[in-house]
Amino acid sequence: MTLLYEGREWNFDKLRRAYDAVAQIATEDLGLDTYPNQIEVITSTQMLDAYASNGLPILYRHWSFGKRFIHDEALYRKGYQGLAYEIVINSDPCICYIMEENSMTMQTLVLAHAAFGHNHFFKNNNLFRQWTDATAILDYLTFARDFIASCEERHGVEAVEHVLDAAHALQTQGVNRYARHPRRSLAEELAREKERRNYEQTTWNPLWTTVPGNKADEVPAEEAIPDEDRNQPIEFPEENLLYFLEKNSPALRGWEREILRIVRNLSQYFYPQRQTKVMNEGCATFVHYEIMTRLHERRLIDDGAFLEFIHSHSSVAFQPPFTDPRYGGMNPYALGFAVMRDIQRICTDPTGEDRAWFPDMAGNGDPFGTLRDIWAQYRDESFLLQYLSPKVIRDFRMIALRDEAGVPYFEVAAIHDEQGYRDIRAMLARGYECARSDPEIEIVGANLAGDRKLLIENRVHDGQRLSAASARRTLQHIQSLWGYGVRLTEINAQTGKPFADGEFEA
Amino acid sequence: MNIIDRRLNPKGKSLPNRQRLLRRLKSQVRKAVAQSITGRRVREIDAEQSVPVPVEGIGEPSFRKGSSGVRDVVWPGNPKLVKGDRIPRPGGGDGEGNQASDSGEGEDAFTFSLSREEFLDIFFEDLELPDMVKRRLMQTVSSVPSRAGFSVSGGPQSLDVVRTMRNSMARRLALSRPRDEDVEEMEARLAEAEAAGDEETVARLKEEHARLRRRQRAIPWVDPVDVRYRRFEARPVPIAQAVMFCLMDVSGSMNEHMKDLAKRFFMLLYLFLQRRYEAVDIVFIRHTHEAKEVDEDTFFTSRETGGTLVSSALDAASRIIAERYPIDGWNIYIAQASDGDNMSSDRDRVLSAMTASLLPACQYFAYLEVSDPPSEDHGGFQDISDLWRTYETLLGSSVPLAMRRANSAGEIFGVFHELFSRSGINQKA
Repeated sequence: MTLLYEGREWNFDKLRRAYDAVAQIATEDLGLDTYPNQIEVITSTQMLDAYASNGLPILYRHWSFGKRFIHDEALYRKGYQGLAYEIVINSDPCICYIMEENSMTMQTLVLAHAAFGHNHFFKNNNLFRQWTDATAILDYLTFARDFIASCEERHGVEAVEHVLDAAHALQTQGVNRYARHPRRSLAEELAREKERRNYEQTTWNPLWTTVPGNKADEVPAEEAIPDEDRNQPIEFPEENLLYFLEKNSPALRGWEREILRIVRNLSQYFYPQRQTKVMNEGCATFVHYEIMTRLHERRLIDDGAFLEFIHSHSSVAFQPPFTDPRYGGMNPYALGFAVMRDIQRICTDPTGEDRAWFPDMAGNGDPFGTLRDIWAQYRDESFLLQYLSPKVIRDFRMIALRDEAGVPYFEVAAIHDEQGYRDIRAMLARGYECARSDPEIEIVGANLAGDRKLLIENRVHDGQRLSAASARRTLQHIQSLWGYGVRLTEINAQTGKPFADGEFEA
Repeated sequence: MNIIDRRLNPKGKSLPNRQRLLRRLKSQVRKAVAQSITGRRVREIDAEQSVPVPVEGIGEPSFRKGSSGVRDVVWPGNPKLVKGDRIPRPGGGDGEGNQASDSGEGEDAFTFSLSREEFLDIFFEDLELPDMVKRRLMQTVSSVPSRAGFSVSGGPQSLDVVRTMRNSMARRLALSRPRDEDVEEMEARLAEAEAAGDEETVARLKEEHARLRRRQRAIPWVDPVDVRYRRFEARPVPIAQAVMFCLMDVSGSMNEHMKDLAKRFFMLLYLFLQRRYEAVDIVFIRHTHEAKEVDEDTFFTSRETGGTLVSSALDAASRIIAERYPIDGWNIYIAQASDGDNMSSDRDRVLSAMTASLLPACQYFAYLEVSDPPSEDHGGFQDISDLWRTYETLLGSSVPLAMRRANSAGEIFGVFHELFSRSGINQKA
């Protein structure tokens, strides 16, 4: 075999060759199934631009993206933060940005990581399949940008900005966590109606008409429910605040509803990514590690390139201990990679402990098949709960701490020993559950007969109250979208009682 | 798989977002700009400004959890702790790494640099010089034709003979058009053969000769495809050029404080003109009882003693205008800074210089009267100076004259604003 490339410099020819080699390993050895790839080479400034717009190639305009850009640029210029080597977009074809500054080894790594690792995950993971539409996202982004630009022209930048500000504030409360029952179309509604009539006709029995007292119970349907409520049934409770306001707010105009819808759709688009950070990065890191190692084994890259790869791989998948000044939380790359490598080990070379903990997959000899299945079925929380092995817990020397506000110390609740494995596993998994880290907020009602005040509840678990100043300002945004008063009540989920100081109004 | 090179795509995709952010922070940025004008040295004024922007208005609120309550966290890298151990809360409340910044109610203040252009944009925002559209310099750009290669079409006056003949020669050589000499030689040989009576040769040569002739006719000497014309493009030249006269009294009565005010005043005017015009000349004229044109350093630094004759500076200015800056080619701006002292005998000469030559010639005459910060013994009361009173008589609806007083550096910005803002002029005019 001849080397794919030599030296640092990359060019399009080498890229193509490297891509083909990587693709061969990815599909034949690892059995990955990906969207077609579109590799785009960009400069560092363009990378900063992409950062500012959540990594999306096209996005509407808003000052908060400018703020993010200035922030990232300052960090980058001062050298506090390097730029990502790539950005990959969950779309079909899968767009993968690579930076021109990268060396050829880095480009190969990036292709393996993003164009195959992330790409496979996007295409196969259940959450992404259920909640995102990769074929439509680019068109939708274009539509969103053009629509908002046309709104700015027609209604003024400030009016649009006002709606966007409010919508952004509710972004995390703008996702559906569960699939909604699809609304019946008119045709379906009519068909049901007809079916019901048929049933009544076929089962009509004149005997019943002879039962006395029947007439008195009959209430004309028109009088039973007031008109307004019958025409627009509002369903409570509703946890998707943006959806609720878009559909039901009496104050919004058509274009404003559409803007809410755009923000809501984008938020929904990102929701799977928030739930699969560890898995997504773990999958990509695992894939690039396998591919690069195999490239080296087959003498397609030389030792120098492999060492460069090892260097950058180990700095990406490095987990500093919490006592280290570099510690900034659990590194999703490190955690995901470690767990997946461990699954590979358990499949091929299990110990007695593994057989006890993972009887169904220990020693099954098919690590990639097992992993592909895991990548498709799980999200971070369920993945860690199921597959975090005692060995990884030991390797990471994990400890669980109880953090109670107002107490000047943390108490160690569990460590990496026999008694602690399951506790640590459960606690770590809980930490990755979005539904737990986001506050539980629902619209519970609206005083429709009176002042139309919107009633919102926050069910507080474990005493984790809302950040008050931020909540108050968010409430003002809701008020401006709803058009009438809004009240937020914090309720203790355990006792069901409201907090004494847990009421906000706007 | 596609590989696309996007490096040449336009950068600064998020520039509109930055502009929206700046608009949002407008009042903060403006305050910061005004402050930095007050506190900075003149020469630094158009450098990049690092403007600390307070957080109001750019926070992004959301429903998020505060730091209250109980939570379980899992950390890596246990040193030697066992269950039940206690470790002190790091950093007094910083719980889970990145959660720490969210737990506080406030948000990080952050600073960023305004580019020079942005700084000045804000600075000059609603400033506009009066009657910009004036005289023949109304249009900001005129054009001169300049050579821009060759074209295949054009008028006969721009025919490029050399280029045309070069093309024609190349074409003739390439198509091997018979030269005149060849034809003449052929005719000579034909005549020779005819004289010799060699029928066969004559027939052959005649045919050959006819062929040459035919070929000469078929391939023209100069073909339309050879013709080249000189091409001209209209190159825009800035005729919007301005000259700015800085007049300053440097007599003993002007102290350092006053000079500093004057300096800022000139600086601001200069920046403004620099943005409005392609080319800005500056003439520094300082005066005591006599006026001198000097360079910038001398203008601001050296001291002189002597009486005060404002008319000398005005005369010098009008002389320089007459000599070097014809009014049909230059926009003339005059900025004068003085403490207002003038010999009372000079009054008539000042008036005549102003009305006869300067005011008709210039776009704008700005007079800034600088004074000491109001001290206790004066109780803030200011005398009306001689010069002020003199200029006051000139004010009228069509006179491009504006005047203001300033006694502190912080006031300059406001004075400047008032001087050059459109509404200020309208009121004055």
